[in-house]
Amino acid sequence: MSDHRLTVWEHMSSRGYTRRDFAKLCGWLAAAAGIEATALRDVAYALETKARPPVVWFHFQECTCCSESFIRSSHPIVADILLDTVSLDYTLTLMAAAGHQAEEALHNTMKKYKGQYLMVVEGSVPTGAGGVYCTIAGRTALEIVQEAAKDALAIVNWGNCASAGCVQAAKPNPTSAQPIHKVVSGKPMINVQGCPPIGEVMAGTIVHLLTFGRLPELDRLGRPKAFYSRRVHDTCYRRPNFDAGLFVESFDDENARKGYCLYKMGCRGPVTYNACGVTRWNNGVSFPIQSGHPCIGCSEAGFWDNGPFYTHLPSFPGFGIEATADKIGLAAAGATVAGVAAHFAVTKLRDKKSNPDQDKKGGE
Amino acid sequence: MASRIVVDPITRIEGHLRIEAEVKDGRIVDAYSSGTMVRGLEIILQGRDPRDAWAFTERACGVCTTVHALASVRTVENALGITVPPNAELIRNLMFCTQYMQDHVVHFYHLHALDWVDVVSALKADPARTGDVARSISRWPKSSPAYFQDVQHRLKAFADSGQLGIFANGYWGHPAYKLPPEVNLLGVAHYLEALEWQKEIVKIHTIFGGKNPHPNYLVGGVPCSINPEEVNAINAERLGYVGKLLNDAQVFVEQVYIPDLLAVAGFYKDWAAIGGGLENYLAYGDLPTNGYGDVKGFKFPRGIVLGRNLKEVVPVDATKPDEIQEYIAHSWYDYSDGDQAGRHPWQGETKLNYTGPKPPYQHLNVDQKYSWLKTPRWKGQAMEVGPLARMLVAYASGNKDAQELVGAVLGKLKVPATALFSTLGRTAARGIETQLIAGWSKEFYGQLLANIKQGDLRTFTREKWEPSTWPAEAKGVGLSEAPRGALAHWIVIKDGKIANYQLVVPSTWNASPRDPKGQRSAYEAALIGTPVANPEQPLEILRTIHSFDPCIACAVHLYDEQGAWDYQVSVH
Repeated sequence: MSDHRLTVWEHMSSRGYTRRDFAKLCGWLAAAAGIEATALRDVAYALETKARPPVVWFHFQECTCCSESFIRSSHPIVADILLDTVSLDYTLTLMAAAGHQAEEALHNTMKKYKGQYLMVVEGSVPTGAGGVYCTIAGRTALEIVQEAAKDALAIVNWGNCASAGCVQAAKPNPTSAQPIHKVVSGKPMINVQGCPPIGEVMAGTIVHLLTFGRLPELDRLGRPKAFYSRRVHDTCYRRPNFDAGLFVESFDDENARKGYCLYKMGCRGPVTYNACGVTRWNNGVSFPIQSGHPCIGCSEAGFWDNGPFYTHLPSFPGFGIEATADKIGLAAAGATVAGVAAHFAVTKLRDKKSNPDQDKKGGE
Repeated sequence: MASRIVVDPITRIEGHLRIEAEVKDGRIVDAYSSGTMVRGLEIILQGRDPRDAWAFTERACGVCTTVHALASVRTVENALGITVPPNAELIRNLMFCTQYMQDHVVHFYHLHALDWVDVVSALKADPARTGDVARSISRWPKSSPAYFQDVQHRLKAFADSGQLGIFANGYWGHPAYKLPPEVNLLGVAHYLEALEWQKEIVKIHTIFGGKNPHPNYLVGGVPCSINPEEVNAINAERLGYVGKLLNDAQVFVEQVYIPDLLAVAGFYKDWAAIGGGLENYLAYGDLPTNGYGDVKGFKFPRGIVLGRNLKEVVPVDATKPDEIQEYIAHSWYDYSDGDQAGRHPWQGETKLNYTGPKPPYQHLNVDQKYSWLKTPRWKGQAMEVGPLARMLVAYASGNKDAQELVGAVLGKLKVPATALFSTLGRTAARGIETQLIAGWSKEFYGQLLANIKQGDLRTFTREKWEPSTWPAEAKGVGLSEAPRGALAHWIVIKDGKIANYQLVVPSTWNASPRDPKGQRSAYEAALIGTPVANPEQPLEILRTIHSFDPCIACAVHLYDEQGAWDYQVSVH
């Protein structure tokens, strides 16, 4: 087999796709990555000229929901990302080889593409008891992650486990699970948050890297601004109900059946930065709030310890879409900051009645 | 003399699994299965709100997402005496069926197929003949020579690029691959089609649960509301979407998955005599048709088949202290009363104590402790759980749907009933139940529509939602069937908080190390006698292990730094 690495365009043309199909793919990818139309030419250029970048995908303390979410990505050819867009040289979930053949594939890529491979990580790394809580091929996750990071081009941390430790790092964190940024330093790193992240957001992040050859702009928690600069609360289609003081008081009550705001049911939308309200899930079919459940805040560090989930936030910071994670910072996770009252006060002024429909006997 | 093969990591599974096997004269004579990752979900659950437990336990696994959430809400409902409205039961059933169809198809094509399908051989196929094969086994429309030629071109370009990605270092050309190039090409084409399709069927989770993976559940019902007159609820458009996805799923299962399964199986009948392993099969049953409380109404019946005796189904009671117990003789844990004891989950005790070799290591000390999985037993006996167990228990229970379909598959493959007790039988049982579920899901859908038409919109009961209505102490158990087998959660609630939470999951039954008597669990037993043509290439080991569809993150989650589960957790 030749050493020439085919570009995405070469792949497509060899498969009988036309230039028009290629342009369409670029458009979809650009849309997925949130790239403006004017930058479309850059997308095309990058995909046309770059060979498939080698990617190694690690699994540590995780549940594989990130891998599953990734394969849910819905854009026409992004589902074929494995064959055409990147060269996924190591992934415990999908690779044909096992055992030492699998490990050999990993080491071949790390050697051949030293400094050029993209490292993606699913899962946290246990640091307790010398790392024995997660071993692969007899080696600790800690040793593996540090070795692989050394020569990686950049690191993409999938989901809450790799970004913030997720459920296994919830109190009392029995295995001393740590996110990747706590055990690796000196490498460009992106935290693609969520439990799991939205599939299209995962694909979009890869496309962004591939297209521009650089990291997307990140917020102070390392998340791409393209997908994590808006609170779920501010992009929620039920927001007008909040502003009007129309709340679900109990699951499946009359107000729930009308799709009122889930704030009183414990919704973490006001302190959660994610694309759920815009991109939605599984090709835009729905998102938790649309399907009647409050947001549990899965794209935020420490959300498991910010419960119980069905207790409404006593307060939350900020007002309006201008309030970004950068401005609010970690306060978002704590939910004890003043300023909330202001949000409510303004809301109440807009509509004095807490629930006009309920006041009317029998509704319509 | 026997030689030791180590396969670590076992790939195309969920989680971290290591197999060490002794091979003599080309066959496995002994095997050891080890889970090599632990997180500690149960200790994390202590002291939390029981209504939140579904979200924590759902994260036990993202491949069989939803199954732990379902077991968890049932556990809490069982403890508190909550009966959910019929619509909630039906929506849960639809989510259950959705999970099975997606999970089993993904298992067959993306986790298991590469054990049987030689991707490189597909390059040599005649696409016209692949089309002939495809049309001879199914009326699935994507079967033209041009279509298969396109797939082949794509595969060739991929191979020529020199970047083999997920196919790098595979066992291509291994003598155990038996399919002709044309069938291999069909397999590759459907690998790609299934990858496209699986993201569609899960949209049913998104509609009812807001997202997939990890859709939302709710103690007391389901979180979504039904309102035919409202855009912000489950209405005719949403239901129509679900109906379409179920139709498409049934077509895919019946026209792609099942024909492919039968076609591939026809070339590997020798695997109907390999990988049988244990002779006991356990299923808790699931898919209630008359409420979770009425076990007789379950589509998948509950019970145990002992010694492969299909004339009798033995009852199982998960609440009895002497039936289901967990052992740690070969697991990295301590019990207060010693390593030989077994404990029922309500009295479960988990104290982590790693005594394995210091990493990096070459071999585990298999004579001592060698896994993060505990070892569950039913009355001291090892059980296989999973699709084969479900089909055998259904068959032995006299379930007509199961009996007919099992008979039809055996007839098509021209193999005797004993062929079921094997690696191939396990893989076939998974397909058979998927076909059953595709049909059942439409019954549940029809019942949901009928209920709504009659004006029943309820999806949640508020009764017992508020902790103030709960007793000071309550115990519950929630049973389910995950795609990989019998799943149960046990809870003890004290003063409104979780005092104890235990999970005994399918892969713990199947993948666990030996018990104190030295009895092997299902993986270890099934590997005995498995041929190994080339010790450097563990293809045959993968076949048998993958036939169980391992899910190890589920299986290993037990860790209690404090020691005994003795309600010492203070109430906040």
